[in-house]
Amino acid sequence: MDILTAILAITVLAAAFGLLLGFGAIRFKVEGDPVADRIDSMLPQTQCGQCEFSGCRPYAEAVAAGEAAINRCVPGGESTMLALADLLDTDPLPLGEDAAEPVKTVAIIDEETCIGCTKCIQACPVDAILGAAKHMHTVIGSECTGCELCLPPCPVDCIDMVPISVTPATWQWPHPEFVQPDTQKAA
Amino acid sequence: MLWRFHGGLKLAEHKHESNRLPSTPVRLPKTLTVPLHQHIGLPAEAIVQVGNHVLKGQRIADGVDHISAAVHAPSSGTVVAIEPRPIPHPSGLSALCVVIDTDGRDQWIDREACTNFLELDRREIIRKIHDAGIVGLGGAVFPTHAKVCCPVVPTELLIINGAECEPYISCDDRLMRERPAQIIEGINVLMHALGTERCIIGVEDNKQEAIDSLNQILMLMDEGERIQVRALPTLYPTGGERQLIRVLTGREVPKGGLPANIGIMCQNVGTAAAVYEAVVQGSPLISRMVTVTGAGVAVQQNVEALIGTPMIDLIDQCGGYEQGVAQLVMGGPMMGFALHRDDLPIVKSTNCVLAADKNELPTRPTPLPCIRCGECVKVCPAQLLPQQLYWYARAKDFEKVQEYKLDACIECGACAYVCPSQLPLVDYYRYAKSQIRAQARDRIKADQARQRHEARDARIAREAAEREARRNMKKAALNAVGDDADKDSKRAAVAAAVERARAKKAGQQADSPLNPSSEPAE
Repeated sequence: MDILTAILAITVLAAAFGLLLGFGAIRFKVEGDPVADRIDSMLPQTQCGQCEFSGCRPYAEAVAAGEAAINRCVPGGESTMLALADLLDTDPLPLGEDAAEPVKTVAIIDEETCIGCTKCIQACPVDAILGAAKHMHTVIGSECTGCELCLPPCPVDCIDMVPISVTPATWQWPHPEFVQPDTQKAA
Repeated sequence: MLWRFHGGLKLAEHKHESNRLPSTPVRLPKTLTVPLHQHIGLPAEAIVQVGNHVLKGQRIADGVDHISAAVHAPSSGTVVAIEPRPIPHPSGLSALCVVIDTDGRDQWIDREACTNFLELDRREIIRKIHDAGIVGLGGAVFPTHAKVCCPVVPTELLIINGAECEPYISCDDRLMRERPAQIIEGINVLMHALGTERCIIGVEDNKQEAIDSLNQILMLMDEGERIQVRALPTLYPTGGERQLIRVLTGREVPKGGLPANIGIMCQNVGTAAAVYEAVVQGSPLISRMVTVTGAGVAVQQNVEALIGTPMIDLIDQCGGYEQGVAQLVMGGPMMGFALHRDDLPIVKSTNCVLAADKNELPTRPTPLPCIRCGECVKVCPAQLLPQQLYWYARAKDFEKVQEYKLDACIECGACAYVCPSQLPLVDYYRYAKSQIRAQARDRIKADQARQRHEARDARIAREAAEREARRNMKKAALNAVGDDADKDSKRAAVAAAVERARAKKAGQQADSPLNPSSEPAE
């Protein structure tokens, strides 16, 4: 009799928790890939395709799936690579040989030369170019990500990338130069 | 009863050098360079054009947002340029300024004076403060109207900050001695606007003359009940907002919160005087008291300078440079920053121009490694762990720096002052803070770009789908039409062929031997 009570109790508990877990799995199902989302949120969203994926999201998904290396994001530079290494708990990878500290730029259309072909408008991944056929185009500076995707399609080569100038509001304090005495000796 | 805050330092005061002489106004300069961004928040937008003639006190730029402040012409003259000019900023960069060639007449606009401010309601007072472009003159330059207009909880206590704890600076001291009535009237205006019945003026006890002069006026005006003056022990940085609240009330402002969260509001004595001028006299904020001090200048004193006056004019008025001047600093030796040139304009935040010689601000020796002595922890008035912050800021570990509450650091410099290894600790904190701010800006920009990219992808997909749908529809329509026509024409063709065949047959039957024309056709 006792053994029957025990078996019954265990069975009821198992069924109850099974139902609870089953319900939880359906009710609290996580849509999408949270790892890819987090990687995507770390990428600079220039949509420049320098990682050889069509945009930041596809690259994030590829990294999440382990199909792409973490050092492919050029505009993100070292800090993005380190953040990704930290997130995925992998070793940092060296950036490419010619990888310099990324300089933020913005596209400027030389309005004298522009023939209004709309090719750059179609190339812009963030719709930051304004214009119409046979009318001069212009770049919305605040929305431009500096991806350079508008440069190749331009038939008259009228788009320039200019570095964003620093203002007192965006200026950053430099890292204080600090030469450790022991490294001085070593040098 | 007074409390005390954690840490703090006793510093050599160096206030007597500059606080003995009465303040004098600075001569009207030929050119005034008025920056449009002299406050926390968004820069003001110019509302005058090059060539316009402006009067003294005329608004030349409007605040563009709630947290922004208007800018006024400090004297009458002609606007000759609106362009980037060097401004006093640690970066040494330029920012948009309105440049006015003064005409020497110093002619005021019509000012709207107010004989009895008690008749004004609070919204009216806040509007006047807003229109006068008043910002916190203690150094933080936060727009005053934004502070006064909407406290989270009703303000029970107004604290007027006359501590002036930083060495060398004595502009608030002179202001309290020379214009106590203005300060008290300004306080009355603020109390009326806030609906507050209690006010404490906190003054460090090294400024006895200022305390006496305020008390005298309070007695004359019979305001001793509502407004009290408290002498505070001289300890750096008592003038910090949170530190002052702690000393006067024993209460702590919650981390990440504001004094408004606990029903307290702090205003600087200079701000109170500016509020008086704005509301009672109708004069906007176009000048301020500036301490000109340091061994590098001949006569150390306070001057009343128009906003936009070149600093060199102040130095000249004070007898010019002394031999051995090594560095020009805006602000005091603890929290000020070095200037790259001396023709920069006075702005609303310029409380002091310090022309220091080599002994006053010696160049820092090469720093030694941190030995973890913990001296910085003892003096930190924000109760942080400066050595940990230093460690993580240096390693660029900004997450950890934030975990150790870098944002609570007031950059008072007490830690760097006591550091036996002479580490430039505040420089590291400023570096980390600006990096964190830049990262936040980048994040916002990236989010915007992502949104726009997704919207564009969605639009392209939608357009493609629409095109596809249109094509399909056209095809279907064409097919339907084509089918009918085909059938009709086929039927017609068949009918025509049958008809032709029938006719041929009939013809053949009728006159086949007589009609050879069909032969060559075959």
